[in-house]
Amino acid sequence: MMPEGRSNRLMRKLNKDKYLLLMQLPCLIYYLVFRYAPMFGLVISFKNYNLFKGVWASPWVGLKYYRTFLNSPDFFELLSNTVLLGVTKLAFAFPAPIILALLLNEVTATFLKRFVQTVSYLPHFISNVVVASMVLTFLSPSTGVVNHYLKVLGFHPVNFMSEPGWFRPVYVLSEIWQHVGWETIIYLAALTAIDPQLYEAARIDGANRWRQTLNITLPCMAPTIIILFIFNVGDVLDIGFEKVFLLASPAIYSTADIISTYVYRVGLSQGNYSYAASIDLFTAIISLIFVFTANFLARKFSEHSIW
Amino acid sequence: MKKPQFSFMSLAIGLVLLLLAASMIYPFLYMLAVSLSGDKYVIKGAVTLIPKGLNTKVYRIVLDDPRIFTAYRNTILYVFVGTAISLAATSLGAYALSKKNMLFHTAFTYLIVFTMFFGGGMIPTFLVVRGLGLVDSIWGMVLPTAISTWNLIIMRTFFAGFPSELEESGKIDGLNDFQVFYYLVMPVTKAIFATIGLFYAVGIWNNFYSALLYLRSQEHFPLQVVLRNIILAGQVRSSNVTSVGGDQLVVEESLKYAVIMVSTLPILLVYPFLQKYFVKGAMIGSVKG
Repeated sequence: MMPEGRSNRLMRKLNKDKYLLLMQLPCLIYYLVFRYAPMFGLVISFKNYNLFKGVWASPWVGLKYYRTFLNSPDFFELLSNTVLLGVTKLAFAFPAPIILALLLNEVTATFLKRFVQTVSYLPHFISNVVVASMVLTFLSPSTGVVNHYLKVLGFHPVNFMSEPGWFRPVYVLSEIWQHVGWETIIYLAALTAIDPQLYEAARIDGANRWRQTLNITLPCMAPTIIILFIFNVGDVLDIGFEKVFLLASPAIYSTADIISTYVYRVGLSQGNYSYAASIDLFTAIISLIFVFTANFLARKFSEHSIW
Repeated sequence: MKKPQFSFMSLAIGLVLLLLAASMIYPFLYMLAVSLSGDKYVIKGAVTLIPKGLNTKVYRIVLDDPRIFTAYRNTILYVFVGTAISLAATSLGAYALSKKNMLFHTAFTYLIVFTMFFGGGMIPTFLVVRGLGLVDSIWGMVLPTAISTWNLIIMRTFFAGFPSELEESGKIDGLNDFQVFYYLVMPVTKAIFATIGLFYAVGIWNNFYSALLYLRSQEHFPLQVVLRNIILAGQVRSSNVTSVGGDQLVVEESLKYAVIMVSTLPILLVYPFLQKYFVKGAMIGSVKG
């Protein structure tokens, strides 16, 4: 009796929601085909994937490709390049929009505020190809503006994009330039939600603007900051592929070759699918561990977390 | 007593912000100025903000380049088809997801949110796309990135705020969920459609990743690929550019800037009009981010 009653209820609900479910269908198909099917496709990292045999008929090889990757001479350099680039980005590009939001919050002239905001959103809409093109032409040792001014000021021209030491600063600076204004929007929204009475009370207690920022503004922004920080920690290993790919060249691979560009090269250019997929899965799992750890720590030391 | 210190601080902050704004906008003005200047001024490095020896020679070369023409046409096609597909799938899915009492609501939500933290990665995704026969066609540019989870969540949040009384009255009048969505919800929430549509359109216009992975033949290349080939891979001289006189190296610089300007112009031109929509979208997204 019970199962029948339950399935009847299910049928009734199904009938009631049939249009909603139908509307959900394209979205569901998209997620199953383009997001979940690749997850199951990761099984090729445990197989010796053969183009002609297909995923299921290819022979199992266990952890062979993981062992190859962990033992390869590239492994340490790739991992450290990726982590260093990710951490440098986290250290400089994450606080940048918070600082900009705080600065904008101090501005009382609406015109200035609006002008700065409008202009600083702009680079966010420019493609990575354009940004990379701009970086490379501006920094060109022979014709670039930057070196032109360095020469005018009496310095030696620097060949920025063929010296490994310059890659990380250039990359992180270009990231900040591109996204700082846009990312500020979220923090500004958090700022407008702060109760003005708190500031009034602080002023009566004799707090200057600096103390107000420290004791009211920042604590009130904390939930937003923490949540975005957790998301960013998850991205440490998952740095935007496009721009690194566009900026890097073999001359600076010692700092600029990261896991995703390596996966592209090994997997798609050389057709080593199984090996590349094992690196993909390895990175994805570490990223997941990062997010869980960051979320766990955030929940432990503050009340704010993603879940 | 605090007044002088306060105004000094304001002045310093104002200056910092103005400098920042200048660093955002100057590169574009500089590229525009160089691309519109005469060769000899570019060679001397005399161009800073205002074009010298105004001429549009490099733009004529760029626009005459058949690669640019094809790429422009492809990009516009991808943007129109892709935005239509993305917007339809996202808005329908988001509306259904905004109904908390829908069957399987929680399961679908988890299914979608999980993809924000874990994915198959480049290679397995490529194998799926290739397995479906989408490689080297417009569908490879449009389908694999059709739904952005972020946009889906923004729209869902927005639809969840739609007054349910209105929908119930529609239901009483005999409309089904789809008709409620089409006749009642859509007309009222036009702004969110515009916003998310713009997000998708800009994303497709700028999409280089899909083209790099899934496109093979030149005839399908969008602007971003051609831009990269011309500027980063140094294939400036295609057919008719060789005839340009003067210091080739420096002329290349103006040419590159002209190519950048031509491929970015649509966004630079519409941006001031669309900015408020973008910001609204980002704000809605941040509320429940």
